[in-house]
Formats: sequence, structure tokens, C-alpha cells
Amino acid sequence: MTEVLQLIISGAIQGMIYALIAFGYNLTFSTSKTINFSLGQIVMLGGVVGYILYIDMQSGHLSGMPFIAPLVAVLIVGVLAGALIHKTAVEPSLKFKSEYTWILATLAVGIIIKNGVEQLWSTGDYKMISPLGDDVIRFGGIGVYAQEILIVIVSLGIVCGVEMFKRRTIYGKAIQAVSEDKATASLMGIPEKLVITISFMMSASIAAIAGLLVAPLTFVSASMGTVLGIKAYSVSIIGGLESGFGPLVGGLILGISETLTARYISTGYKEMPGFIFLIVVILFKPNGLFGKKIIKKV
Amino acid sequence: MKRNVILAALLCLTAFGCAKKSEDIKVGVYGPFSGGSAPMGVSMRNGVKIAIEEINAAGGVLGKKIVMIDRDDEAKNERGGQIMQELLDKEGVVAVLGPANTGVANASTQYTQQKKIPQIINISAGAKVNEFFATSPENYIFRIAANDDVQSKVIVTQAIKRGATKPALLCDDTNYGQNGREKMEAVLAAAGVKPVYVGKFKLKDTDMTAQLQEAKAAGADVILAYGIGPELAAVSNSLDRISWKVPMIGSWTLSMSNYTTNAGKNGNGTMMPQTFIETAATTPKQLSFIKAYADKFKESPISSAVSAAQGYDSMYLLKLAIEQANSTEGTKIRQALESLNATYEGVTGTYTKPFSPTDHEATKESNVMLGMVQDGKIISSEK
Repeated sequence: MTEVLQLIISGAIQGMIYALIAFGYNLTFSTSKTINFSLGQIVMLGGVVGYILYIDMQSGHLSGMPFIAPLVAVLIVGVLAGALIHKTAVEPSLKFKSEYTWILATLAVGIIIKNGVEQLWSTGDYKMISPLGDDVIRFGGIGVYAQEILIVIVSLGIVCGVEMFKRRTIYGKAIQAVSEDKATASLMGIPEKLVITISFMMSASIAAIAGLLVAPLTFVSASMGTVLGIKAYSVSIIGGLESGFGPLVGGLILGISETLTARYISTGYKEMPGFIFLIVVILFKPNGLFGKKIIKKV
Repeated sequence: MKRNVILAALLCLTAFGCAKKSEDIKVGVYGPFSGGSAPMGVSMRNGVKIAIEEINAAGGVLGKKIVMIDRDDEAKNERGGQIMQELLDKEGVVAVLGPANTGVANASTQYTQQKKIPQIINISAGAKVNEFFATSPENYIFRIAANDDVQSKVIVTQAIKRGATKPALLCDDTNYGQNGREKMEAVLAAAGVKPVYVGKFKLKDTDMTAQLQEAKAAGADVILAYGIGPELAAVSNSLDRISWKVPMIGSWTLSMSNYTTNAGKNGNGTMMPQTFIETAATTPKQLSFIKAYADKFKESPISSAVSAAQGYDSMYLLKLAIEQANSTEGTKIRQALESLNATYEGVTGTYTKPFSPTDHEATKESNVMLGMVQDGKIISSEK
């Protein structure tokens, strides 16, 4: 019993990480109907920047800086990266008649970020020390890292916080208005462009924070964000790109199915059930489990 | 007019450049200098560098200086093939040292074989070496490293000697890991032991809870692991997570720095076969090598001491062969390697006739020691 519980908890925590990044995809999609495909690399950027500030690379021990320093730095990196990607990759693409140039443009930015980090920093794998310590906390027979509890709290906090912001505050309502109907929102005096830029900044800084959060559990490396980015994207699709809480459910489904498959079927098929489910969702509920139906008028 | 002068100057320069280069003996070195296998590749290259500097300072070989041409294969199989063609066709190297990864080696050794250029594999344990004799009796591939046969024998023997009867095998899904799994299974079968669990993991995996739980449920009493540093560290960390205290013995890569630092205290007690253990160095040759390495690369302990030592020794064996052959012609170097007259006292052991026309493996089971991780260092353990 403890064994199954351990697997479910491990999977659920992994799922929370997917959900947090997926939430970032949803944020930009809801306002601009574009997806920032370099989000996985921003996750990596968050992890790497946090590592550089918090750990002394030579010895692998703490650098002595309080954790607030990497936290603030990672937030700044996220905000800047989001603004930059929107300005350089998404906005110019949207001006073209071809509707989907932003897909390639954001993918390209992701590749540039990854190669840049490989060139300027390192291609190795490094261990990030958790600010809460790396010891396992035990509940009965179940082992959980303090960092993992933090991940759950922060993920839920960010998702709930942003959803509340969107539903309860006037600024949030402006974001929702833009996501409902750009043209009308613009006519009503909402600075549509600014709202979209802000959604990119929010999305990227959430991804960067996600990177800082997962760093102590995975290793920090230039390639740490690639797989996370792809899986989070499928979580977005499963949960529904237009949905706020959908990614949480999608994340849990993918995370838990991974660990259970690895244990009871084969580690080789770990990722399969999640992606089969993805295809099923696309076939029967193309807008995701919690997505609204979009009627596109031509 | 002006252009003519420049052209003439350029011509002179290239002519001079070529003339100068032909004076040197070029040795190709390739390995992973970036990525998860980087500690192996970089340490090996550093070892070769030290050897070359010593040799050149002592007057070189056949009165010529040795120059290293190094290329990063990024542990990618296809890069191995490209690099090898570049080294052979463009650079015209007289011999090749490396690489570290089995897949890379197997994708590139055919070229050295075809061009009749001797290659000493100084890290990869799984690469084909003696297997080539079946198809090409004139075999140009040599190895100085404990191959998978030797390693799996040591790993399994030690496990059984320590009372294990229900081993669980955990290997990565690369050529290297799966090759190791096959070899370990064969040795186990020969000893009449059946593994209770056989699992695998992917590169970059960081959570091995599922595999370990299955192994635990199967009643395993030892984990025999085959992989590289970061993932093996993840295995040790996941063992701690499910609070399962079980001995782990595995491939020599458990001595890599990215295992010892990433596993931290969870790595303590893990054992692996080693051809060189830095903390157990005793001979003057070993001590002077460690000192030279620390002085030159400001690194102590060496991030992959085994690779560094094997890199160093491979260069010296090549030097002895070129001297004996009194030529840089591939065929003659190969013949000299197969019948080395001089005894070479190296860092990883003393070599008297390390190779023969039918056996190109320099490292035998008796050369191999057992290392154990203790607080981030590798110490010598009783074999």
C-alpha cells in the first residue's frame, strides 16, 4: 500500500511541475492565441540562473547568497525573457499574413537560448542544493523531499493566485476581455497590446520559477527544460488551452500515469499512456477536458 | 601589384605552414568534451596532453614532435564517424586515441580499420576490439581499458563473494548499458544465479523510484548497475528516498565526478572496478602523474582519474610502438604494438607485451582493482 502511495505521490508532484509550466502556455494562449514554444528553455534558464547565484560551481557547495537573491533574479529573467520573446518573435510574426509564423519563431528563440547557455555556461549536469535541505522527510513509509512539498504549495498558489487575479481584479478582467474579444476590448479602451505583453511576462516568469523549483530534484543542465516543455505542452492540450485549472488535472493525469506505468508495466513504456490519452483527448475533445468550445468565424 | 604581393605572401605562408607541419607527428584524440560523459573525455584528453608534453620535452619521437589533434564527439554516434573521417582524410593523423562512448566507437572504428591507421581505445569498455579479428585478421583496433567482459566479471564476482544471491540489474538504455547488462547476465548465468529483476532507465532520468520499488518487491539483495554518472547518481538518490539500504556495485563510471558530487552522501559504499585509484597511488610514476595533473589542470581529485590515467598510458604505448617501428606507417605501428619489446611501467600498471597478434586487450582481470565511494572520493576496497 505504501508503495502505491509513494508512486502516486511522486507522480502527482511531477504532475504539478508539468501543470505549472502548462499554466504558462495557457496564459499567453488566452490573450494572444499564440503559444510560446520556448517556454521549456525558459524553465531551464530559471534553473541555471538560480544555480549560478545559489551554488558555487567549483565546489558544489552553497555560494553563501541568501535564497531571495536567486529568486528575485529568476523573476527578473522571466519578465525580461517574456517581454523579449513577445517583442522579437511573436509580435513581428503576427504582422505577417501567414498566421503561424510564431510557431517557428518561438521555437527558434528556444534553440538560441539553449545553445547560448551551452556556449556561455556549461554542457554538464550539476546538483542544485534545495534551500530546504536535501533530506527525505518520511510519513510512515513514504519518502518526500521538502522541496517537493514546496513545489505543490507554490504551484497551487500561483495557479489560484493568477486565476483570482483574472476573475476578481479590474486588471485581470482586462486580460479576460482581451482573451474574449481583442477588437472589442480595444474599442473599450483596454490597451490590448500591453495586456498581451504582460501575459507573456507572467507566463515566462512562472516558467522561470518552475525551473528554480525543479532544479533541486532534477539536475541543472542546458537540456533540463526540453522534455519538461514538451510534456507540459501536452498537459496544456489535455487540460484545455483556454482553461485555468485544466492544466492541474492534466498534469496529475500525466504525472501519475508515468510512475504507475514505469512500475507495473515497464519503464520503457513510461511515457506511453499519457500520450495515448493525449491523442484520445484530441480525437474526442479537441479543446481539452476543460476547454471552452471555440467558434471561429470566417 | 599590391594584390600580387599579398598573394605571394600568402603562398609563402601556406608553403611554410605545410613544411612545418610535416615535421610533426599528428595524433588524433576524440571523446566527449561536453555533456554527461564530459568528465571522461576531458580527463582523458588532459592525460594525453601530459604524456605528449613529457615526450616532446624529452626530444619527441624519431626526432619529431607529437601534436595532438583533438575533436569533441559530444557522445553522439554520428559525430564519431564524421570526426574520424576528418582526422584521417583531412588531418592525416598517424594514429588515433579515444573515444569514451561505445556507440561512438562502433560508429567510427571501421574508418581506422579501412585506412590501416592504428587506434587505441582508451576509455570505451563496450566497443568492439577483438571481435574484429573474425572479419579482418589485420586488426588495427586496440584497447587499454577494462572492457565489459572484464568489468562484468569483476562486478558479478564481487557481488557473489559478498553473499548476494538475488541480484537486480539496472542499466541505462544506451549501447553501453545494454551491452553491460548482457555481459552481466551471461556471467551470472555461468555462476548459476538468476537476476530477480532486470530494469532500465533513460539518459537524463532523475527519478528511479519505480524501478527500485520493483527490484525491492522482487527481493533483490544487491543492485548491479551499468550507466554513466548523472543517472547512476539518480539511482543512489532514489534508493535513499525509498529508504532501501542495499549494496550497489556497478560499472567503473561510478567513479566519475558527476556521480560522486550528484549522489553526495547517498553514494557512500558504492563499489566499482577501477584500473587506477587516485587515493591509492603508490608507485613513483603514479604519484608524479597525479602531481603533474594537479599542477597543470588545477584539479584534485581528477574528475575521472581512470580516464586520465588510461589516456596517459595509451599515448606512451603508442610512442613506444612508433619508436620500435621506426616509422609512422600504420601497418608498422600495428605490428610493433602487437610485439612491443620494451616493458612499460605506466600509471594503470606495468605492461609487458600488452598486445599480441590475436589479442588486442591490454587490460586483464588482474589489472583491475575494486574502488569504493567514500565522502566524494574513491578509495581502494578489498577485492
